[in-house]
Amino acid sequence: MVDNVAGLARTGLRDWLVQRVSAVILALYTLFLLGFLLLNPDLQFADWQGLFAQGWFRMFTLLSVLSLAGHAWVGVWGVSTDYIHPYWLRLLFQVVVILALVVFVAWAVEILWGN
Amino acid sequence: MTAVVEHDFDAVIIGAGGAGLRAGLQMAQAGLRPAVVSKVFPTRSHTVSAQGGITAALGNVSEDNWHWHMFDTVKGSDYLGDQDAIEYMCRHAADVVYELEHYGLPFSRLDNGKIYQRPFGGQSRDFGGEQATRTCAAADRTGHALLHTLYQRNLMAGTTFFTEFLAVDLVKDRNGAIAGVLAIEIETGDLHFIKSRATVLATGGAGRIFASTTNALINTGDGLGMALRAGLPVQDMEMWQFHPTGIAGAGVLVTEGVRGEGGYLLNKDGERFMERYAPNAKDLASRDVVARAMAVEIREGRGCGPAGDHVLLKLDHLGADVIKSRLPGIRELAITFAHADPIEKPIPVVPTAHYMMGGVPTNVHGQVLSQDAEGGDRVVDGLYAVGECACVSVHGANRLGGNSLLDLVVFGRAAGQHVTHMLATEHVERPLGEDALDPALDRLERWNLSSGGERVEDIRNEMRRTMQNDCSVFRTEEVMQEGIQKIEALQERLRHAHLRDKSKAYNTARVEALELENLMAVAHASIVSAEARKESRGAHSRVDYPERDDENWIRHTVYFAGQPLRYRSVNMKPLTVEPFPPKKRTY
Amino acid sequence: MRFSIYRYDPEQDQAPRMQDYHLDVEAGDMMLLDALMLLKAEDESLTFRRSCREGVCGSDGMNINGVNGLACVTPMSSLREPVVLRPLPGLPVIRDLVVDMSQFYKQYEKARPYLINETPAPRTERLQSPEDREKLDGLYECILCGCCSTSCPSFWWNPDKFMGPAALLQAYRFIVDSRDQATEERLADLQDAYSVFRCHGIMNCVAVCPKGLNPTQAIAQIKTLMLRKSA
Repeated sequence: MVDNVAGLARTGLRDWLVQRVSAVILALYTLFLLGFLLLNPDLQFADWQGLFAQGWFRMFTLLSVLSLAGHAWVGVWGVSTDYIHPYWLRLLFQVVVILALVVFVAWAVEILWGN
Repeated sequence: MTAVVEHDFDAVIIGAGGAGLRAGLQMAQAGLRPAVVSKVFPTRSHTVSAQGGITAALGNVSEDNWHWHMFDTVKGSDYLGDQDAIEYMCRHAADVVYELEHYGLPFSRLDNGKIYQRPFGGQSRDFGGEQATRTCAAADRTGHALLHTLYQRNLMAGTTFFTEFLAVDLVKDRNGAIAGVLAIEIETGDLHFIKSRATVLATGGAGRIFASTTNALINTGDGLGMALRAGLPVQDMEMWQFHPTGIAGAGVLVTEGVRGEGGYLLNKDGERFMERYAPNAKDLASRDVVARAMAVEIREGRGCGPAGDHVLLKLDHLGADVIKSRLPGIRELAITFAHADPIEKPIPVVPTAHYMMGGVPTNVHGQVLSQDAEGGDRVVDGLYAVGECACVSVHGANRLGGNSLLDLVVFGRAAGQHVTHMLATEHVERPLGEDALDPALDRLERWNLSSGGERVEDIRNEMRRTMQNDCSVFRTEEVMQEGIQKIEALQERLRHAHLRDKSKAYNTARVEALELENLMAVAHASIVSAEARKESRGAHSRVDYPERDDENWIRHTVYFAGQPLRYRSVNMKPLTVEPFPPKKRTY
Repeated sequence: MRFSIYRYDPEQDQAPRMQDYHLDVEAGDMMLLDALMLLKAEDESLTFRRSCREGVCGSDGMNINGVNGLACVTPMSSLREPVVLRPLPGLPVIRDLVVDMSQFYKQYEKARPYLINETPAPRTERLQSPEDREKLDGLYECILCGCCSTSCPSFWWNPDKFMGPAALLQAYRFIVDSRDQATEERLADLQDAYSVFRCHGIMNCVAVCPKGLNPTQAIAQIKTLMLRKSA
């Protein structure tokens, strides 16, 4: 058994599950948006604003952003452990990615619920 | 002075096939510290190639008992097998097979969940009655399943492995007892002396003395070479089994299980010719009988193919389902090596050197036997031999299919038990003289100092051709006498052969040179023993002496290097049951 | 026949090199291993492993024209010339085509590849239905040649932590054996982020397995079982 504190989740199973569940959420979100765009060929900014004014869609969007962050983290963590061999460089890279993801999530919240 | 790394173990086992691993397992489970020395990673040993199964009278398919199995084995051996050893093996067969199952061996199963069994050649019910169904199988990969299971079990038990170490020679203590083995670590070329209180030879066969053989490239009779160099005998070396169904050209084995499942042989006229040679058992007659019949068909012009040099093994009538579930490995081999999918086409086959019934003589505990001045048996202290390299003798002049895997585990276990008992009850010491390692070191030094001469490869090819032409299925006086001269000339040439590559790290050229010395010793023992046996018995067929001669020849041939042949009586006294007296052998 | 073969002798060479060889014989039914043995007869320093020469012992795994396989079951007629031979990728080279497989074996041992059943053994066999036995088909046949694990990038990058397809195939072989009682512990042993989960399903292992086995499927089954147990 290999312990790894750097993994977002403690176990490989959770990482794996996060990646699969988040992928499903992202796929649903993408399909929804595509459908919305296809059904509204003459989309105006107001329609767009209307969509985002609805609470459930803000939640759906937030969930998708969180999924994107989780999904990205698991993938990037895997790639970095494969290819970045110096420990300090890998850690630096991972910290930067985590900070970026946190900022992106906060930013998304700000966009969705801010003024 | 060459540096030699020393190790000390309770027991050292040379060879990691089925017999060696079973012996090691027995000792490790008993709390001893055994070391297994193998020139290849354990699962690369030749046991892995065994296909059809392991025989034991479990009676899962039809009523059966070990006594019938014993009768078949004695008869199969053409009455050259030792009946005490045969009783021991058949009596313990069920136990060792159940043990293997408990170890995890993935046997095929019957609908009721019991171990699957199939009919094999030479098996009968009720002492020569109907065909029995006695061979336990894991599809057609029983040897693979058995070897892997035993290796896995040894990992669990904590056996020490010296993997890719080539055993060079046995080391004797001051009293002439065996005190371990000198080995080369192939990866580095470093020398290791593995000292032990019990040494077990489990080095397998030597089919590579023949040009055409089902044997792996590693089957070079290393244990026999070591025993002979240590002044110990080998027994019944004239008895070489030619398996009826080796794939023509490639030499790759096709299990007897194919015929057990219902396949049969055809000549060029499409005739099922075994009906003529063995009206009752037909294609499931004993291997020597079938191989000889095939050789006669081919010799008399009824062989198949443009050169008329093989016969056909037909099994397409079994149907795709049976072939895929029971014989998947055979199908793979036939497609790869004969370009024939047996679901559609028959497989071209030819009798191919397969198994060495002879070997280092032992008792039922695996203890190696030599002879005293009066010709009586003398136990060699500290040395055991098990498996194909040993001659206990359960196979006599002809081994029955499915009995070799059984031999490995029964006597591997027996030797393990005996070593355990001996070390627990006796105070065993093996005091070494200062020059104990010298003979082994000299052997290596000779190759290291070679400065010119013939290639090992050329001598090896010539030896294999000679044995194939002069000492195979049918044998005659004149040809064998010539053969002996040729082999002796080759022995002399080998003494002056040259090793060009003197490097240390992973030098396989050196390994092959040392192996050839072992092969040559086996070849000489075989052809000399064969020339001397003036009768036909089991696998030994003399054109000039076509009959079995029970009056003079129910005896084991005993060969010591550089000495006239000696003989030893066959044990006709089973442990508990009545003996089986020699009878005419028909199938 | 033309060959270009990876050569490295630790006692003489600073670095590996490729050496060209020629063989003046008809390919016919010859397998690559037959050709290698003919080459070795000419140049006895050429080094490779071999044993059964029929594809069941797993000794002669090597990289043949860029693809891992067994020399003894690869027909010469199927190969583009010059035949480029290299050792199995990703493992330390000992000499020429011989690699140090200790890491591979260590992972195999980590799978605890032996039946664990603490109940007293019955006097005869433990029963197993043909259906339960069939679950072991496609798993127990592995010959440990290493072709799969050494074609797997996840194993190249993390040979010490990712067990690799061969070891995982064995892990599953015992997990799914109806006679084995250590399923829970076996699954628990594999929970970490590396042992199993470094498999990204690229299926190189399936593509190269000379026995036609499917480690990726076994790995997927392990993950599914874990999910079922922990949910």
